[in-house]
Amino acid sequence: MDYEPVIGLEVHVQVKTASKMFCGCTTEFGGSPNSHTCPVCLGFPGVLPVLNKKALLSAVRTALAVGCKISSEVKFHRKNYFYPDLPKDYQISQYDEPLSEDGKVDIDAGGKVKTIRVKRVHMEEDAGKLIHEEGENSSLVDFNRCGMPLLEIVSEPDINSPEEAYRYLTKLKLLLRYLDVSDCDMEKGSLRCDANISIRKKGDTGLGTKAEVKNMNSFKGVRSALEYEIERQVKCAETGERIVMETRLWDPDRCVTISMRSKEEAHDYRYFPEPDLVPFALDPSVVESERKGLPELPEAKKARFIGSLGLPEYDAEVLTQEKANADYFEACLKYYDKPKVISNWLMGDISAYMNSKGISINELKMEPQALAGLIREIDSGKISGKMAKDIVLRMCETGKDASAIISESGLSQISDASQLEKFADEAIAENVKTVEDFTKGKDSALMFLVGQVMKKTKGKANPAMVNEVLRKRLAAKK
Amino acid sequence: MDNLYSLTANELLALMDKRSVRPEDIIESVCSRAQSVDGKVKGYLSIDREGALARAAAAESRAAQGKLRGIPVAIKDNICIEGELTTCASKILRGFRPPYNATVIEKLKAEGAVVLGRANMDEFAFGSSCENSSYFPTLNPWDTSRIPGGSSGGSAAVVAADEAVMALGSDTGGSIRQPAALCGVVGMKPTYGRVSRYGLIAFASSLDQIGPLTKDVRDSALLLGVIAGYDEKDSTSVNIPVPDYLSCLTGDIRGMKIGIPKEYFVDGMDKEVDAAVKEAIALLKDKGAQVSEVSLPHTEYAVAVYYILATAEASSNLARFDGVQFGHRCEDPQNILDMYERTRGEGFGAEAKRRIILGTYVLSSGYYDAYYLKAQKVRALIKDDFDRVFKAGLDCILTPTSPTPAFRVGERSSDPLSMYLSDIFTISVNLAGVPAISVPCGFTKSGLPIGMQLIGDFFREGKILRAAHAYECYTDWHKRSPIL
Repeated sequence: MDYEPVIGLEVHVQVKTASKMFCGCTTEFGGSPNSHTCPVCLGFPGVLPVLNKKALLSAVRTALAVGCKISSEVKFHRKNYFYPDLPKDYQISQYDEPLSEDGKVDIDAGGKVKTIRVKRVHMEEDAGKLIHEEGENSSLVDFNRCGMPLLEIVSEPDINSPEEAYRYLTKLKLLLRYLDVSDCDMEKGSLRCDANISIRKKGDTGLGTKAEVKNMNSFKGVRSALEYEIERQVKCAETGERIVMETRLWDPDRCVTISMRSKEEAHDYRYFPEPDLVPFALDPSVVESERKGLPELPEAKKARFIGSLGLPEYDAEVLTQEKANADYFEACLKYYDKPKVISNWLMGDISAYMNSKGISINELKMEPQALAGLIREIDSGKISGKMAKDIVLRMCETGKDASAIISESGLSQISDASQLEKFADEAIAENVKTVEDFTKGKDSALMFLVGQVMKKTKGKANPAMVNEVLRKRLAAKK
Repeated sequence: MDNLYSLTANELLALMDKRSVRPEDIIESVCSRAQSVDGKVKGYLSIDREGALARAAAAESRAAQGKLRGIPVAIKDNICIEGELTTCASKILRGFRPPYNATVIEKLKAEGAVVLGRANMDEFAFGSSCENSSYFPTLNPWDTSRIPGGSSGGSAAVVAADEAVMALGSDTGGSIRQPAALCGVVGMKPTYGRVSRYGLIAFASSLDQIGPLTKDVRDSALLLGVIAGYDEKDSTSVNIPVPDYLSCLTGDIRGMKIGIPKEYFVDGMDKEVDAAVKEAIALLKDKGAQVSEVSLPHTEYAVAVYYILATAEASSNLARFDGVQFGHRCEDPQNILDMYERTRGEGFGAEAKRRIILGTYVLSSGYYDAYYLKAQKVRALIKDDFDRVFKAGLDCILTPTSPTPAFRVGERSSDPLSMYLSDIFTISVNLAGVPAISVPCGFTKSGLPIGMQLIGDFFREGKILRAAHAYECYTDWHKRSPIL
C-alpha cells in the first residue's frame, strides 16, 4: 500500500526589533540571566503592556510578503496556562481574529512550482527559558527572552514530503531575511518549527489522525524528524496499530520521535480578549505604506537578474539567496556595468574568501566600488586576471582600493612598448631555433617566446602586448 | 490650631496660602487623630507618620506650587508605591514591595501630596464589606458594629473618621461609591480610561478605575484633576484633555437635565434609603433641575454579567501569583504543581478562590460562548442603554448608591449572593464605562449615612461634579461627622 504524508507547519519567528513587544527592554541575544527585564516583561502586579509599533509593522510586512489579507482591526487575546517561564501565567497572543489570513508561499517541488497556502500570520510574545541544572533539586528561570516579539506563521496541510517541508522553511527564511524581519536562525532559536503530520492512502482526500512533532532545532532536523515520523506512522498503519492524536518530541541524538502527551491531556487555554490592550483599527494607509515599502522579493529579483541583466539562472539563483549579496552585486553594477564579470568574482574568489573567514558580505571590508575598480583595471589591461586574484584577496583583507594595492606593491602590468621590446629582443636572441621554426611558419613557436617574455617580466607583462611586440620584432628580422 | 484634621483639602490649602498653617501641622493633626481613633475604625494597614512628616517638610520647601501640597492622602493597598508594601490585603502578596510607582502616585507626588498610609480593603478588591481583608475587617466609623462597605472600605472609613484628608480607592463594580455612601463621604469612579491604571493591581482590567474618596465634592474635583489624564504606559487610558473640574462647580443645578431610571427603585430596597433619595430628587427639582423618568432596560442583567466578566478577567489577572517571583511561596514544594497548588491554596482567601474558580469556569472551552461571550453581548446592551439616554440630552442620571445602609459585620459574609447584591446600583456604571459619583444624601433614624449616585456621560465628569456640588450647596449632610 502506498501512503502519502500530509504536513502542516507552525513556524515561530523572533522579530528583529530593538525593544521587546510590550516594554522597553532590549531584545539583544545573550546577556546575563534576567538582565534584560523590567516589571512589565516580568509580569509584576499592576503593570500594563504597551504594543511595540515596530513589531506590528514587521508583522504587517511579513503578512503582505506572503500575500495574506490584513485584518482591519488589531486584537489580542490572552492564552492562559501555568508555567514558570511565563511570568503572568498567560501569553498575550492572537486568536480568532489574527492579524492576517490566507496567504501563500511558492516552493520548487521537483522542478515544478508548488503553492503552500499560509493559513495565518499572527503576533504573540515569547516566554522565558527554564534552566535545569544537573543534580539540582530546583530549576532556574531566565526571563531575558520573555516578551520578545514573535510571529506565528501557520501553513495549511499542503506539504506532502519532508523535502517540501524543508523547502518551505528555507523559502520562508529567505523571505523573512529579505524583509529584515528576522535572522531565522534555528540553532539560536530565532526560528522554531512544529509540524502537524498524518498519513493517508495515496489518492485519498481526507485527513488521517495527526501527530504534532516538536523540538526540531535545525532545518535538517525538521526533514529528518518528518522522515522518521512518516515511517513510524506507515509502520503503524501496516501493522494495524492505531495512530493516536498526540504531541511527540524529536530526539536529535537518537533520531526518533517520542510521545510527550496525548491530546486528551491537552490544555484548555481559556482564550479571551486581552482587556489591557484595546482593539484598534489598523490604518489602511499604514498597511499601504508597508506594502509600498516592501523590498523586491527574491523571486522577482532573480527574474530581473536573468531577464534584464542577462545573468545565467544559476548565478541569479545564488546571488539572490541573501539580500545583502544581491544588494552588493547591484551596488557594484552602479560603478561598472558588467553583470556576469561581477557575478563571477562574487561567486568565485570573494565567496571563497568569505567562507574561509566565516564572514558575511556585510562584514566584507572591500566596498562594491572597489571591486568595480578592480575589474576596470583588468579590462584596461593594467593588471592581468591572474594578478587580480592576488589583489582581490588583499583588498578583502585591507579594504583598500585596487589602485592603492597595485601601486604599493608594484604589481602593475608592463604595457610600455619600448620596455617590452627590450625583453622581446632578448628572447629572440636567446632562442634562435624557435625563431627559425616561427619564420618557417610554425605559429605555435610564438607562444613559447611569449612565455619567455612573461618569465623575464615575472608575469607583469601585458600578454596581448607581448604578442604584438614579438610579431613586430620578428617581422622586422625577416 | 486644633481640628485641622476635620478640614477639607481645599480649606487646608487656603490656610496654607495664608501661611497660617504648615504642612507638618496638618500631618501632625491627622496622624494624632488616626492614632486616637483608628483602634476603633481599623481603616489603616499602616501609617507612615515619620515619612509623611519628612515629605510634608519637603513639600513645603519646594515652593508652594503643587495643587495638593502638604495634603495627606490615604492609598488603597492595591495601588503600587515604590519600595512600600503593596499587598491588596492578601496573604499571597505579603512582603511585596513594588519597584515602581503607580502613575497616580507619581501624579500625587508631583503636586506635593503626602502619602500618609495604606488603607485596608477586601482582598484583591473582592467584596463589598471590607471583611475579606486577610488582615482584619475595617469598621464603619458611624457604627463600629457595622461594615464600612467595600472594597475600598479602608479608604472610605479613614476619610469619614477624619484620619485622612482624602483617599484613593479603586472601583470595579462600586468599590469606591458603595463604601463612600455607607460611610457618608464623597466617592467617585471616573470614566474608564480617564485615570491611568498603571500600577493598580488588576482585579478586572476592563472595569477597574482609580478614583477619589473625599469629604466633599470640591475635594473630589481637585483630586480627580490631579490624577486624571492620558498615560502612555496604559493603553486603555484615553488621550483627551483634562478639564479644570473646579471651575465646573457653579453651585447651581438650574437647567440641568436629570434622569431617574425606574429600574433603580426596586422592591426590597431599604425604605429609608428610598425616601432619602426621593427627597433629594424633590429638592433638586425644586432648585430648578429638569427631572424626568428614564429607562435603562438591561439593568436587571448587570449583576450576572458582571460576575461573569469580572471573575473571568480576575482568574487570569491573579494567575501570576504563583510563588515563582514574588509574594508568598509554600514551604518546601515537591514539584511545580505542588508549588502552585499549595502557594495559591494558602495565599488566597475564600472569596478570591471562589472568584478564580468562577472565572476559570466561564472561560473554559465549551462554556465560553454560553457565559463569557453572552455576557459581553449583554454588556454592550447595558452600555447602549446609557448611550441612548445621554444622547437624548440628559446631563446625569440619579439613583441610590446602595440599596441599604451599612449592614452588620458578619451579616452577609456567609451569603455571597446577598453580598453581591449590595452593588446592584453601581455595577452597570462599570460595565458601561461611564463616570459616577456618590454623595451623602441623608441619614437613617439610627444615624447611618445614605448616599445617592449621579451618573454621567463618557468623560463628562464635570457635569456630575457640578450637580453633586450644587446638591451639597443646598444640604449639609456632608458636613456631619461620626462621633468616635
